[in-house]
Amino acid sequence: SRGAEGAAAPPVFTWLSDGTKDSESFTAAARDQFQEELVIRPLHSGDIYASFQFRTLWDTDFLQERQKVSHYRLFPKSLGQVLSKFSVRELHISFTQGFWRTMQWGQPFIPSPPGAELWVWFHDTVSDVDGNWKELTNVLSGIFCASLNFIDLTNTVQPSASFKPLGLGNATDHRFLRYATLPREIVCTENLTPWKKLLPCGSKAGLSVLLKSEKLFHSSFHSQAVHIRPVCQDEQCTSKAWELRQTLNVVFDLYTSGQGKKEWSLFKMFSRTLTEACPLATSSKVYVDITDNPEVKLKQQTVVLGDRRTYSVFDLTRAEMFGQLRSLNLLLRDMLRPLLHAERYVAGFGLQTGEIHTVIYNNHPYRAFPVLLMDSVPWYLQLYIHTLTVTSKSRDNKPSYIHYQPAKDRHRPHLLEMLIQLPPHSMTEVTVQFERALLKWTEYTPDPNHGFYVGSSVVSALVPSMVAMNTNFTQDQPLFSSFVPVKEESSYFVRVYTEPLLVNLPTPDFSMPYNVICLTCTVVAVGYGSFYNLLTRTFQVDEPSLPLAKRLANLIRRIRGVPLLA
Amino acid sequence: MGLLSDPNRRKALTNLLTRLNAPICMVCYLAAIVWFMGLAFEPFTLRTYMSENAMGSTMVEERFSSGERALSLAKEFDAHKRKAGGMPVEWLVKAMQARGLEVFTQSFSRKLPFPDENKERYMVRGTNVYGILRAPRAPRTEALVITAPCSPGNSDNQAVGLLLALAQYFRNQIFWAKDIIFLVNEHDLIGMQAWLEGYHHTNITGMEYSPLQGRAGSIQAALSLELSSDVITSLDLILEGLNGQLPNLDLANLFYAFCQKLGVLCTIQGKLQRNDWDTAEGYTHAAQTMMLMVLKQACGRSWGDHGLFLRYHIEAASIRGINGFRHYKMDVATIGRLLEGMVRKLNNLLERLHQSYFFYLLPSLSRFVSIGYYMPAFGLLAVILLLRALDLWVNLGAPALEAVDGVTEAEQPSGPGVLTVLTPVVISHLTGVALYLLPVHLQEMAVEHFPVSETEAVVLTAVAIYTAGLALPHNTQRLLSGEGTEQGWKVLKLTALLYLAVLLGCTALINFSLGFVLAVTLVPITASMTPHMPKALSALAMVLLSPAFTILYCVFIYQELIEAPVSVGEGWMLFLSVISQGILDHALYGSLVYPLLALFIYPCWLMFWNILFWS
Repeated sequence: SRGAEGAAAPPVFTWLSDGTKDSESFTAAARDQFQEELVIRPLHSGDIYASFQFRTLWDTDFLQERQKVSHYRLFPKSLGQVLSKFSVRELHISFTQGFWRTMQWGQPFIPSPPGAELWVWFHDTVSDVDGNWKELTNVLSGIFCASLNFIDLTNTVQPSASFKPLGLGNATDHRFLRYATLPREIVCTENLTPWKKLLPCGSKAGLSVLLKSEKLFHSSFHSQAVHIRPVCQDEQCTSKAWELRQTLNVVFDLYTSGQGKKEWSLFKMFSRTLTEACPLATSSKVYVDITDNPEVKLKQQTVVLGDRRTYSVFDLTRAEMFGQLRSLNLLLRDMLRPLLHAERYVAGFGLQTGEIHTVIYNNHPYRAFPVLLMDSVPWYLQLYIHTLTVTSKSRDNKPSYIHYQPAKDRHRPHLLEMLIQLPPHSMTEVTVQFERALLKWTEYTPDPNHGFYVGSSVVSALVPSMVAMNTNFTQDQPLFSSFVPVKEESSYFVRVYTEPLLVNLPTPDFSMPYNVICLTCTVVAVGYGSFYNLLTRTFQVDEPSLPLAKRLANLIRRIRGVPLLA
Repeated sequence: MGLLSDPNRRKALTNLLTRLNAPICMVCYLAAIVWFMGLAFEPFTLRTYMSENAMGSTMVEERFSSGERALSLAKEFDAHKRKAGGMPVEWLVKAMQARGLEVFTQSFSRKLPFPDENKERYMVRGTNVYGILRAPRAPRTEALVITAPCSPGNSDNQAVGLLLALAQYFRNQIFWAKDIIFLVNEHDLIGMQAWLEGYHHTNITGMEYSPLQGRAGSIQAALSLELSSDVITSLDLILEGLNGQLPNLDLANLFYAFCQKLGVLCTIQGKLQRNDWDTAEGYTHAAQTMMLMVLKQACGRSWGDHGLFLRYHIEAASIRGINGFRHYKMDVATIGRLLEGMVRKLNNLLERLHQSYFFYLLPSLSRFVSIGYYMPAFGLLAVILLLRALDLWVNLGAPALEAVDGVTEAEQPSGPGVLTVLTPVVISHLTGVALYLLPVHLQEMAVEHFPVSETEAVVLTAVAIYTAGLALPHNTQRLLSGEGTEQGWKVLKLTALLYLAVLLGCTALINFSLGFVLAVTLVPITASMTPHMPKALSALAMVLLSPAFTILYCVFIYQELIEAPVSVGEGWMLFLSVISQGILDHALYGSLVYPLLALFIYPCWLMFWNILFWS
């Protein structure tokens, strides 16, 4: 292992040469490093998109049986222990408040569905995956102060194709994968605080000083995520390292805050400015997308999501750069229409049946490409899978691959995965009918009339790129451009989440238990009672009853022992 | 139940019921009428109260102040509307986009089954424009809708202007938790129907429309705004929707609460509230308001653009600005504040409105009659039918009992054949089917042969078939080729009584007003009908209390109640237009009153007509 350490050293030094900040803690023996990055991108709609990425790289092995990892420096100990305890190979968790408006904002750097999403690849030595998963969700629930403990087998699926590992290793056996979403999860400051605590500098220094909750939650979109995966330590991939990537995406609405003026500055967005880099960081950079404003001095060009963008780079480790982070007035050009876009809704009315429509748009003018659609629908919507139709350009579009796992009532959800070829410049509609189940009365949520959520469906695709990608990863590439490994130059990976659905189920009137009890009791008493009476009683011809005088006389006669009167 | 299993006591009870049947029925009928009229008496009703917690205690502050902007937008809209000769689609799209909304359009077209002469339309083609205000940090699962119609002429310009001004104001607020859809619909209800069907991707009425591009999840509530005049003195709340459906009472409470808070004059059925319930005028006023609601609900049409939302389980109400009370002038900003307050409270909702009543009558905005209070009035009427049926049943069973006792009626036929009863039932229903199908399908033929327009042809065909049905009994008798027996009519009447009771009962559960109005006119005549009554007199009474005449009376009463009395001739014309509207409502929006009357109530009435002419 000494040799691996030695091999790991050079890149650390290259990073150090980049940032010449005083970092007395860095020694040649340091095997972990931390980078931070903020991308600011003015959006076509007039909003501002700010994306934070914090990356910790550590070339240790959590999964080693023999020696427990006990000395932590930059990597958060709470997460490290979780990784080794539950033999996690890869962990992706995101908390999102709001919906990413693809048509207005384009593609996000890292997509996430509304609510909470968790997907984990376990190591293939794990024998009881479900048990590990259950425990893991409960532990994460505590770490992130979220309701992840509501993840159980009824909302967990094992996608066969949609979620491949993003890190090293070619795990393909989806028995070791678990995926769950909680579309109802509400994300707020209590989730942000534990997330910030995982950062080496907390919220004391560096880019994280900007993360003040009163401004972050005064926005149109907020998403925070943690991604842990094994990656190559260097280009030759001689050794493995663990990468922890914490991302936070936020979209500020300049319309409401700026009184119509399309002007922004860090102070306006975060009510803070940057003063210094995190002393523990090897690099600390701010990228500003100036593609639409070419008059700003060009700094760096990179290809992100199939589009060549120009960024102005501000390095926080160099003090003289601070002055340049001033208010910029931006011109906005027409946005490149997102090539892939999806939406979903429930059709029909009434509380018996309905139809889920998923509409996927391919806006590419001449290229067709395949997409993987994944739908996980709770068991209480009973899908009629024979009604599944896929149509593009009003013609039947037969999926080349379908993986369907039917639901089991109260045990597991439906899982539907399909590989669909999208014709160029087309709209593909996937419909499936469902029936709404009548729940047991204890299964209703405390607010049953709000409706029940169905998580977002996931569309994953390799979208043909307009601009050739650079697949040769070198160190000077920004973090946000290199999250998903790309193997081809001509296309890039995109994942699009549709909106979650809110479906009303037939709901009894819980405010009337008294009436219900009265009514049922009456029905039982009157209906059942009288029927039972009529069915079991033996009827006899009744003798006419004697007048009172005769009865008295009979009484006396009985005492006397004389025959009675008729 | 021991009461019924004991033969002696059962006999005593049936004796009592048969002997006192007529008086009991009479008392029930009178009690029903008195009960119903008593519902409008204030001490017998409950004060309205907000049941929904999320809307009750959370106070909101209304800050909307751009009344001037609303007026100038209204003027601009008016100018562009005139220039475009209809919906100024491009201008509206630009105006909404400039206010930061996601804007979409929907075009639709509909060919009416026959020309609508009231609104002068036949081939309808139009465009709806709607803009979605996306709530920050909301996942597009819930939405509220505010609509304003784009109507021809001068009316409703201010509504659209106010809608746009509200959109601009709402866009700058951060507190929205639900997306808000601002919809301007063309061709009033037809446009609304097209939009709702497009939103829910259904097609129940044969509308042609382009699919919607933008959606915002499940719609929780909708408000429709109509400002027909430039000067607004009061706001009228309209609740009656398609098929007599009503929105949750909390929506009415919400409106009333904000009217009180802002000091806005508010009315229901165009009638102000009075405080003198203990005077005769005060009571009459409340009774009139309630009667208006009953009549409007009974006719089953949508009385505002909101009415079509109710089918989709979306609570909706129309707010109509009225210029009717002098000395009170309201500025647009106040209406804007009222809407702002209502929308903000609806925005606070955690669940759909469900806490309060769905079945109610309103004698005034602050008082309501719940289903538990008004149902007995109908129950008393329905009981008459059941009592008469019981009487007949006992009657039919009685000779059989005597035969057991050994009295000389051994060769009495065991009962009328099934055919005797079935034939009139089938023939009546076939007439009903003819009444339902023929008017619309035969219009072309009628137009060819008679000098009438299509609409007149449809209505007059309906009237003709209805009248022709009266000649049926004679034909039925001929078909049967035999004497109708005494038992025959009794069995038929028993069947008809039970049938009517079930029909009215089901109707009243869905639409109390319709059930009650029909019961009030149908019950007395059907309960007392026998073939032994003087023919001419009872025939006249039956015709005068037939379903068609019920509609005619309702037209006159309605006109009287809205203080626009009409002469007999005008009343007749109104009656004809009501019929054509009823048929159109059924074809365009799926209203069920016309099929109910044609396919069930009218045949049922014909069965009694058969009994009258039983020979």
